[in-house]
Amino acid sequence: MEKKKKKWRLNKNFLPGLAMVGPTGLWMIAFMLLPLIYVIAISFMTKGLFGGVVWTPTLKNYQDIINPVYGKVCLKSLKIALLTTLFSLLVSYPFAYALSKVKKRWKSICMLLIMVPFWINGLLRLNGWVTIFRETGPLNTLLTKLGLPALNFMYTETAIVFGMVYTFMPFMVLPIHTSISKLDSTLLEAASDLGATKLHTFLRVILPLTFPGIFAGSIQVFIPSLGAFFISDIMGGGNTMLLGNLIKNQYLNARNWPSGAAFSVLLIVFTLVVMQIYTRLGGDMDEMV
Amino acid sequence: MGKRRKREGMKLWQIVMLCLVYLFLYLPIVVVMLFSFNKSELNVNFTGFTTNWYRVLFEQRKDLWDALWTSLELGGISTVLSCIIGTAATIGMHRYNFRLKKFINNILYIPLVIPEIVIGIAFLASLSMIGISMSMTTLVISHVTFCIPFVIITLRSRIAGFDASIEEAAMDLGANQIHTLMRVTIPMLVPGIVAGGLLSFTLSIDDVVISFFAAGPDQVTLPIKIYGMVRSKFTPDVYALCTIIMIGTIVIYGGIQFLQEKMAARRGENI
Amino acid sequence: MEEKRPIIRLDHVTKRYGDNTVVRNVNLDIYEGEFFTMLGSSGCGKTTTLRMIAGFEELSEGNIYLENEDVGNMPPYKRNVNTVFQSYALFPHMNVYKNVAFGLVEKKMKKEEIHEKVTEILNLVQLSGFEKRMPSQMSGGQKQRVAIARALVNNPKVLLLDEPLGALDLKLRKQMQLELKHLQQQLGITFVYVTHDQEEALTMSDRIAIMNNGVFEQIGTAKEIYEHPKTKFVADFIGESNVFEANVSEVKEDGSLKLIMEYGDMEAYGDGFEQNEIVYASIRPESVKCSLEPVNGFNIRGMVKEHIYIGSIIRTTIELPNGQLVKKCAQPDDDFKPVGSLVYLHWSPDKTVVMHTNEDKLYDLIDAGE
Repeated sequence: MEKKKKKWRLNKNFLPGLAMVGPTGLWMIAFMLLPLIYVIAISFMTKGLFGGVVWTPTLKNYQDIINPVYGKVCLKSLKIALLTTLFSLLVSYPFAYALSKVKKRWKSICMLLIMVPFWINGLLRLNGWVTIFRETGPLNTLLTKLGLPALNFMYTETAIVFGMVYTFMPFMVLPIHTSISKLDSTLLEAASDLGATKLHTFLRVILPLTFPGIFAGSIQVFIPSLGAFFISDIMGGGNTMLLGNLIKNQYLNARNWPSGAAFSVLLIVFTLVVMQIYTRLGGDMDEMV
Repeated sequence: MGKRRKREGMKLWQIVMLCLVYLFLYLPIVVVMLFSFNKSELNVNFTGFTTNWYRVLFEQRKDLWDALWTSLELGGISTVLSCIIGTAATIGMHRYNFRLKKFINNILYIPLVIPEIVIGIAFLASLSMIGISMSMTTLVISHVTFCIPFVIITLRSRIAGFDASIEEAAMDLGANQIHTLMRVTIPMLVPGIVAGGLLSFTLSIDDVVISFFAAGPDQVTLPIKIYGMVRSKFTPDVYALCTIIMIGTIVIYGGIQFLQEKMAARRGENI
Repeated sequence: MEEKRPIIRLDHVTKRYGDNTVVRNVNLDIYEGEFFTMLGSSGCGKTTTLRMIAGFEELSEGNIYLENEDVGNMPPYKRNVNTVFQSYALFPHMNVYKNVAFGLVEKKMKKEEIHEKVTEILNLVQLSGFEKRMPSQMSGGQKQRVAIARALVNNPKVLLLDEPLGALDLKLRKQMQLELKHLQQQLGITFVYVTHDQEEALTMSDRIAIMNNGVFEQIGTAKEIYEHPKTKFVADFIGESNVFEANVSEVKEDGSLKLIMEYGDMEAYGDGFEQNEIVYASIRPESVKCSLEPVNGFNIRGMVKEHIYIGSIIRTTIELPNGQLVKKCAQPDDDFKPVGSLVYLHWSPDKTVVMHTNEDKLYDLIDAGE
């Protein structure tokens, strides 16, 4: 009797659970987890003579990373990703704050307006900026007409950071907006009731309470800006080599898969460290979307 | 009265901030649209108004239309697939507890945090190892893989807000597990599925990086096509296509919004 | 009295969550056509018991019978009982009509028949004309009626109600209490009602089960429970009581007891008590009287500390020398003594309820009983 009951319980949870979650589980293991493990594996292997992989273990690919040329690329990528995150935050936070004050009627339209640009391909939108900023483009034409000095920052690192902020900033707005919307307005009233000035209320109440959103949003900007290659292709004019470009070149041009894999592992490690900090600080992964 | 209004309304800096950021987001789009009417082919300065590029687009650029069609097809199939298996997984993970749940959950976060280039490369490298060449199928698979987590996470926040007794009520009223699922759980999830699907579709049709690695030579999506032009040059007919897409998008979104409001209003009238 | 037929029987039912036992070895018969209430504070196991009857929780031990049929392992959708949930649990994507028709559709009833039944039941709960409304467009009280209609339309053998009025405001709650009671009498369906509100339980129920810590402390009519609480918990939980710990100094032949406390003596009646047993003696505030002299066998001295006027009633607190406060309430002109007076407390000995303190005995009593 007792045994029968137990078996029923097992079936009740296990079979339907497996049937419903199984497809996703298998799918993600087969097409996400195993490929990543494969990449990690080949990063320790030797490059074949004509591309491909020879299964002889080596640490050479990792030693190459320390090579000053590659090391510089890594550092530059980190610098650009950090700058991108910082500027995105400076734009997103006040924007998300203002957005949270929008009346309910207009709110959904405002939120939608953040999503709509994604329907136009990002490369084209970036190209719109290229058109604007071009040496002889409309912006400089306007500036010269006004008697101001022309801006010439296309195809520099600044332009790349600009392009990355433009591309990834919307991903930061959403988590910050969520955490600002969750703020209990009575807390703010309580703070000012207790004598906090507006600045102090912001620094001591609002900022700490919205920190989860800031962190989640920063990750959403930092990680893709580490790996994106097309932005530096367009905004940097192909002059600036970043980690993403490097990995792409190793795979497709140099056909040096193990080396590309080693750089990929480096990116994965960066990411895991950041994520570890995020979850240690109590971040909820679901708030990333 | 005056004080109240001040509290409820938005401050000047907030309105300015909103306007500036939306300007930032839309300025390049406006430029793209504007230059689709430019006489000069060079996209440098606006030399005069013409609709010539639209004619060129419709008459000579079948490749662009094919690329758009490939993107839409890819986005559609990936979205439907990821919605189906993602919804099942969300319900399963919400309802049942089992040993591998945490593990599966963690895998789901991978595409959210690992840079796309790594995912694309891992996918390409591992499939070519087992001798599978890239095709429409692999492209769809790669897109479903990064769409599933977005569907699941969007749905999960909705399902977590559900009152557990609603499903119990269905069982109490005689519905077995399958009927409860079909008549109550899934219909209640529909708004979430639509939201998750829309997100998937948007991500899928805008994706450059993963498609770049997962597509075979015959699968040219619009983003891949455009990326190919980065090195050579953009001709205004591409801008014309994007203008059409933009307007189409606005019309579709606006239509959905309008229909929803109309339905809500009609519901109200019926009382 | 004619033999009552049990419609639900709980047979040694136990529910554990891990190491935590929520319902302990409970036996219970609920009879056909009665309004049965499980009353207790939150976490006492009453909702779990109800959910086991409905089929939402599996039993850890024991069995449940519905009309002599073992339903212990039956999923909820096969049991002919229906539930009204505390949160109403209306299907948010269906209008009132579809909500109410849900169970009938599951039964594959014909459309015309469903229409007839739904119309009839909506009429009964006074919601005719609301068929097309969505749950989100209704008030709490209206949703409550839909939830009741949705359950009742299936003509269940038993209707289970899990704190159904908990979310309503006081006035609406009072009105719904009466309506529910009338509905139950009109339909003759057995209601099993869970609440933490004792007033609600006392006004509506045919029988009440007081639950504490996973067991039924006492099962009986409102009158029985109020006048003859079997345990200290019940005495404390239902209404107000003064509870004294005392020693049985003498068991007289007529069944009366002489009780000695730290500060005074009292008389009481009770069966099954032994000499020198420690007992609890409970007395309701409205029975307490005070005088300036000791009265027939009572010798409890205290000082009047405070008077509070509540309309036509005056509530008095009297402090005993050991610091225990005794509550008394009476009409203002009855034996009124000013604050600071030294008084002797007394009452009619048959108003004293004497209870065992010994836990084992207490649970024997519960198991044997009711």
